[in-house]
Amino acid sequence: MADLPTSSKSAEMLDTATIRRIADMKGKYPEARSAVLPSLWAVQDKLGYLPTWSLEAVASQLGLLPSDVEAVSSFYSMYFNHRPGRHIVQVCLNVSCGLRGADELLEQLRESLELDDEGNTPDGSFTIEGTVECLGACGGAPMLQVDRYSYVDLTPETAVELVQGIRAEDGRRR
Amino acid sequence: MTESGLVLTRHHGAPDQTTLAGYERVGGYGALRRAVQIGPDEVAVQVKASGLRGRGGAAFPTATKWSFLPKETFPRYLCVNADESEPGCFKDRVLMEEYPHQFLEGVLIAAFALRVTHSFIYIRGEYRSQRELLERAVEEVYRAGYAGRDVLGSGWGCELIVHGGAGAYICGEETALLESLEGRRGQPRLKPPFPAVKGLYGQPTVVNNVETLSNLPFIVEQGGAAYAATGTEASPGTRLFCVSGHVEHPGTFEVPMGRTTFRDLVELAGGVWKGRKFKAMQPGGGSMQILGPEHLDTPLDFKAVADAGSSLGAGALVVMDESTCVVNVAMRLVDFYRHESCGKCVPCREGTYFESELMHRLEAGVATRSELADLSDVCANMDGRCFCPLGDTATWFVMSAYRRFPEEFEMHCGAGVCPVRYRQEVMV
Ligand SMILES: Cc1cc2nc3c(=O)[nH]c(=O)nc-3n(C[C@H](O)[C@H](O)[C@H](O)COP(=O)(O)O)c2cc1C
Repeated sequence: MADLPTSSKSAEMLDTATIRRIADMKGKYPEARSAVLPSLWAVQDKLGYLPTWSLEAVASQLGLLPSDVEAVSSFYSMYFNHRPGRHIVQVCLNVSCGLRGADELLEQLRESLELDDEGNTPDGSFTIEGTVECLGACGGAPMLQVDRYSYVDLTPETAVELVQGIRAEDGRRR
Repeated sequence: MTESGLVLTRHHGAPDQTTLAGYERVGGYGALRRAVQIGPDEVAVQVKASGLRGRGGAAFPTATKWSFLPKETFPRYLCVNADESEPGCFKDRVLMEEYPHQFLEGVLIAAFALRVTHSFIYIRGEYRSQRELLERAVEEVYRAGYAGRDVLGSGWGCELIVHGGAGAYICGEETALLESLEGRRGQPRLKPPFPAVKGLYGQPTVVNNVETLSNLPFIVEQGGAAYAATGTEASPGTRLFCVSGHVEHPGTFEVPMGRTTFRDLVELAGGVWKGRKFKAMQPGGGSMQILGPEHLDTPLDFKAVADAGSSLGAGALVVMDESTCVVNVAMRLVDFYRHESCGKCVPCREGTYFESELMHRLEAGVATRSELADLSDVCANMDGRCFCPLGDTATWFVMSAYRRFPEEFEMHCGAGVCPVRYRQEVMV
């Protein structure tokens, strides 16, 4: 009971559009708890990651304990508990991509983007992940995914060009 | 049977298959109308006649699975497995990207036949643009009255919900999928009870794969017998195989089951690349055992491939040329299982950790012979002892590769480098 006030306070920190999205999703499922994953997506889409207070906010919206929600957010690899780069780049290193040069591709990206140990570029534009979960695009190996889109049939050179191109595009837009 | 012999890709080349209008122009949603006319029981009869077996990996007969639902228990649910994360598999992606309405029609036909009130499509988190494409298609389906209340005046209604995962291979396992859909960590449940009896929210539930359901419009439209006739008696129908790795033109190819061989698939993909020799292949996906050149003429038949010591699994085929280090391939797969182990049971959680540590040392050429023996030991302690097949199958490729290429594994011990790579670098 004691933590109810904090929960509702944190709920106020979520914008109304996201709160409405969570309420919609809650209504869509036979049981409200099923809305946890989609609610976390809605928050992460808005904030870029899932700060602790946002887990409490989702919990209070869905009538769950914060620990229920944290148990979920910590299990799935696509939820971030810290702010990643503006773009997430996943380089597939699984078998089909590995057979066609994915290691060299990642190496080239690491070098030319001067990544830190966590895979971030110094300017915060990109977080590069060498993913081990196959990304389901083996027909275009080696491949990588930037945010929601796949880029296939790459070479180390075209991969670097692609990422630099996205950075340049961002610069123009800003 | 259609003239082309194709089922899943029979509308290839027809314009706008990602829109409802485009799909309706090739007769789309006619099968759903027909299903509503003939009734749920007759749909089930046609599915039985088709001999359709699940395309998610376990090849369980679809009509039999459906028949396990207790007769009078409602509500009941349909959960579509679009979690596709088996290494080497990308067919469900193709079916959802290119033929989303054919897929959704299949989902609705199954939902109608099973008299479910809610159908959930659980799609992996990484397929974000595909999820959004499906969400748009679902909106069209509602507007056309194919989902929602009183579908086509049948009195039956069904909600269609696209549910995005968030990065966890284990959520492809059907009970982990249900846990995840209920808003929990994706960890498998003890079976029995099977989902058909006690599934989502404790209610009877059918879990079917995307490709499995994408066959239903054809089956209802042309009849189960026509579908069966596209394959052989033992392996009816066609499959969308995913060919990748060392071939000239990797991609998906729809071929009749039973009457096609691995060699045919490799040839459809342009043959082994760069004029090199074939060394080995992994059918079925990352979980399955390695096969060699003597298996190239094995037909894509469930039993024939099982007799060869592997499985058609989820319809992948990864080709490896003569330059491949199988120890390196095995290491990648073991890393994958280590990363994806859900942590629920000890043999899998600890086993995949040890496997991966040993494989890294072996690949780098620093493991000893006795560590290689440890690897076999660890695998023997995992296979058959894990809570779900993830941990069991985490040993299948490695151990089958070790049995087939013992010298290659042994050669790595104490070599100081990967001897396969070293030899290539010295020779060129
Ligand atoms: C570790 C593991 C991962 C799995 N991943 C998938 C998957 O990504 N897609 C899928 O359809 N089935 C997957 N399966 C199989 C499902 O448990 C289930 O058998 C299948 O979805 C049933 O559909 P079907 O009868 O239409 O084949 C997986 C099984 C295991 C053990």
